[in-house]
Amino acid sequence: MRKLYNYCDQFCKDQIIFVTKEDHEAPSNAELVEDDPNDPYEDHGLILPNGDINWNCPCLGGMASGPCGQQFKDAFSCFHNSKEEVKGSECIDFFRGMQECMQKYPELYPQEDDNESAPSGEAEAEAEAVLPADSTKEVASGTESPATS
Amino acid sequence: MADLPTTTTYLETSQQDDTGVPSPTINTRGRFLLRHERTPQFVQPAHMSSGPSGGGGENTLYFVLVGATCLAGGAYAYSTLVGDRERYQQRITEIESRSSKPAAEPSTPAKTQPETAAQAVSEPTEEPVSEAVVEPSIAEPVQEEAPVPEPAAELVTEAPAPEAVPEPPVAEPCLAEPVVEEVTPEAPVLEAAPELVVASEAPAPETPASEAPAPEEPAPEAAASQEPDSGAPTPEAPAPEAPVPEVSAPEAALEESAPEIVPEPPVAEHLVAEEPVTEALVTEAVSAEPLPAAEAEIVPETPPVTQSASEPASAAASTAVEPTHAPYLLIGGGTASFAAARSIRARDPGARVLIVTEEDDLPYMRPPLSKELWFSDDPTVTETLRFKQWNGKERSIYFQPSSFYVSPTELESVENGGVAVLTGRKVMHMDVRGNKVKLSDGTEISYDKCLIATGGIPRNLQVIERAGDEVMKRTTLFRKIEDFKALEKVSRELKSITIIGGGFLGSELACALGRRSADLGLEVVQMFPEKGNMGKVLPEYLSNWTTDKVKKEGVKVLTEAVVKNVTYKEGKVEIKLKDGRVVKTDHVVAAVGLEPSVELAKSAGLEIDSDFGGFRVNAELQARSNIWVAGDAACFYDIKLGRRRVEHHDHAVVSGRLAGENMTGARKPYWHQSMFWSDLGPDVGYEAIGIVDSSLPTVGVFAKATAKDTPKAATEQSGTGIRSESETEAVAGSVAVGKAAPTPPPQQKEDYGKGVIFYLRDKVVVGIVLWNVFNRMPIARKIIKDGEEHADLNEVAKLFNIHEE
Repeated sequence: MRKLYNYCDQFCKDQIIFVTKEDHEAPSNAELVEDDPNDPYEDHGLILPNGDINWNCPCLGGMASGPCGQQFKDAFSCFHNSKEEVKGSECIDFFRGMQECMQKYPELYPQEDDNESAPSGEAEAEAEAVLPADSTKEVASGTESPATS
Repeated sequence: MADLPTTTTYLETSQQDDTGVPSPTINTRGRFLLRHERTPQFVQPAHMSSGPSGGGGENTLYFVLVGATCLAGGAYAYSTLVGDRERYQQRITEIESRSSKPAAEPSTPAKTQPETAAQAVSEPTEEPVSEAVVEPSIAEPVQEEAPVPEPAAELVTEAPAPEAVPEPPVAEPCLAEPVVEEVTPEAPVLEAAPELVVASEAPAPETPASEAPAPEEPAPEAAASQEPDSGAPTPEAPAPEAPVPEVSAPEAALEESAPEIVPEPPVAEHLVAEEPVTEALVTEAVSAEPLPAAEAEIVPETPPVTQSASEPASAAASTAVEPTHAPYLLIGGGTASFAAARSIRARDPGARVLIVTEEDDLPYMRPPLSKELWFSDDPTVTETLRFKQWNGKERSIYFQPSSFYVSPTELESVENGGVAVLTGRKVMHMDVRGNKVKLSDGTEISYDKCLIATGGIPRNLQVIERAGDEVMKRTTLFRKIEDFKALEKVSRELKSITIIGGGFLGSELACALGRRSADLGLEVVQMFPEKGNMGKVLPEYLSNWTTDKVKKEGVKVLTEAVVKNVTYKEGKVEIKLKDGRVVKTDHVVAAVGLEPSVELAKSAGLEIDSDFGGFRVNAELQARSNIWVAGDAACFYDIKLGRRRVEHHDHAVVSGRLAGENMTGARKPYWHQSMFWSDLGPDVGYEAIGIVDSSLPTVGVFAKATAKDTPKAATEQSGTGIRSESETEAVAGSVAVGKAAPTPPPQQKEDYGKGVIFYLRDKVVVGIVLWNVFNRMPIARKIIKDGEEHADLNEVAKLFNIHEE
């Protein structure tokens, strides 16, 4: 059932529409403007249009900006650019360096079980964490991060 | 007599007086000579008789008088010099005798004198230990008779006794000449290990103390850094020039001192003391043998001269004092500032970011202060400031624990840069031309890029301000952590709290306190001039519905209530309304808006917006070349929606992030629309985006709500705590759809269970409220970004799938 009436007596400026599920079943014919994938103003997820990593992506939490930011960037860039069959297998040193750095700040990078696994395992965890997901997920090392957008 | 025209004239005049009574005359010297009038007359014949050689007894007298004066002056000068030297020596010996004691002593007056005794002292009392005495003497200024800055270095082991002997008043003019040549830096300066911790009077006497152990510059470093300087300084030209102009203000001394770390007073250093420096007025610094000073001391403020030389040196030297230069300076330590810091660090590797905040806390987020923290079961929540999010995960309101930040003293030297927070200091003055700011403790910090994120302070009602101390003591202006702690305490101890204000903060606090009211036996009253809660945001029907909800949370809501006056009577705060109603309560919370903090606009020469308040900035959040503004204090140009100023958390994050990007060269305008949200208890919540003003025409499309459509369910699905986090932490561009949840039992039929409300301006959607509909923000953002005129908004509403989970 659909009800449509003007609520306000004097100004009649607030319209209210009640809709049922059936009312909304037909697909919308509202037209939305095409998104330009190269829009310079838009925020781009993790990967920029030119293939670089967007270190400022909220999805990374504060990983790239904390005390171990440089190590994280090195490790992750290596992983990202890796063309090996086991992706990131040549980046073990970077990941090790990152892990060492993170161990110095246990408060910031709480050591969870998957962190203590081999660097390759870590690489996987990293990859998973930053891939698009339906629900948000904190990056492997579990840094708490505030809302950023 | 012809050779004494004046006297003659005088005589003639008096002689010509025909009354016979000498009239008072003022001679050419301006002296009133009534009494002496007659004398010359008698004298004259005597002189005349003495002959030409003695002619002019007046001449002789004149010469005698002048000569005597000069002699007296010279004698005085000499005795002063000698006396000064003696006093100086005494002083030095006294200091030495005290050198083991931590006493600090201010002894400015004595110090000033030494300056004049410059010539005398070429020997420094090469003093030992923790003692450095720097006495730059600046001859030039002396010549000019400008105040000469004279830092007398003193033993400063403790904070106190900032020895700043800024400008001894210029010595007598007569002394100028004799002193000129000398210029010997009198002071022996011993520089026990570098620290020239500058301690000026005002500035942090604490800083030296606290930095005392820290500022140890390795001697070699000092020596090394000095060498390059020695080359530079000699040309006195720069030396005197620099100091002179600055010298004038006492602030100059402070200024220089603040940046401290003037390890080597440039100019003549080393054992200049021995050699008389060439006239070039050199302000010398001395740094004789580096001594293993354990304590930091000295505070030479070698004034300005040092400045140019010192800055590069200081950078190298990195004394442990507070930073004097920050490549990125962020004023204000709130959400916008933190977001900018993070953005800068992400984009500029190794960036050194300094946050200066008036508060004593590290950056934290505000929304939980009026929501989640109140729902916590933890009795120690006021201490821990941790809250459990709906999904069970706990976190602190602080963005990052303190280990994330580097110490301000290490900021300039730490390898990969970092973010440092200077708490408890307010920026009082901003010098845009000189790219520097001055803090409340007198410290000066220069910057390359600056962000102003000063936020605002809560507004107060005039009737409360006028009501006197007793009422003010019982009033809370809610904004900071300490306000939360105070109010939490009040809620447990008192019996009645009244909240004035019906907007976001007032309604959220009312709901939070209302929930506790039953357990605590607390009466919660909320009053506001509108017809319903959120009356300025939600259309009337929704505002009424919301008010009912708030009442159900246990709050006594008084609508259309305008406060007439407030008094303190019989132990209660009495609020009288204009329509006659009276409310008696124990405590008042005023939530009537935010006043943006724009005090810096005056000194910085920045524009303030007259319509919205706040600093006026362009679409890229820039106020001037190296100055950006973000957060509550920024009145910016939104390309889609026009000029506005937004006071929400997500806007602070978005604008802070954008400002950080632009500070690192991105040059992007405000484009990503920020959103906001509010929860009125766990059952009612909404998210909104754009211009959400109830005075605009609206179209609301509603479906019925089920138990799934509550804020609680929304956060459980997405696995995060803060609503805006859930929609931003996902990779941008994907429309996050909540996962299906098990069907809960059907709820009561409500008229406005869930829906979408569109706010229109000239038929274009400029604002959207998602009422109990979550995780749809990206589509709402898209609609506003398009800025299209839609003929049928119901079709647009279909895009939201409001019936789905």
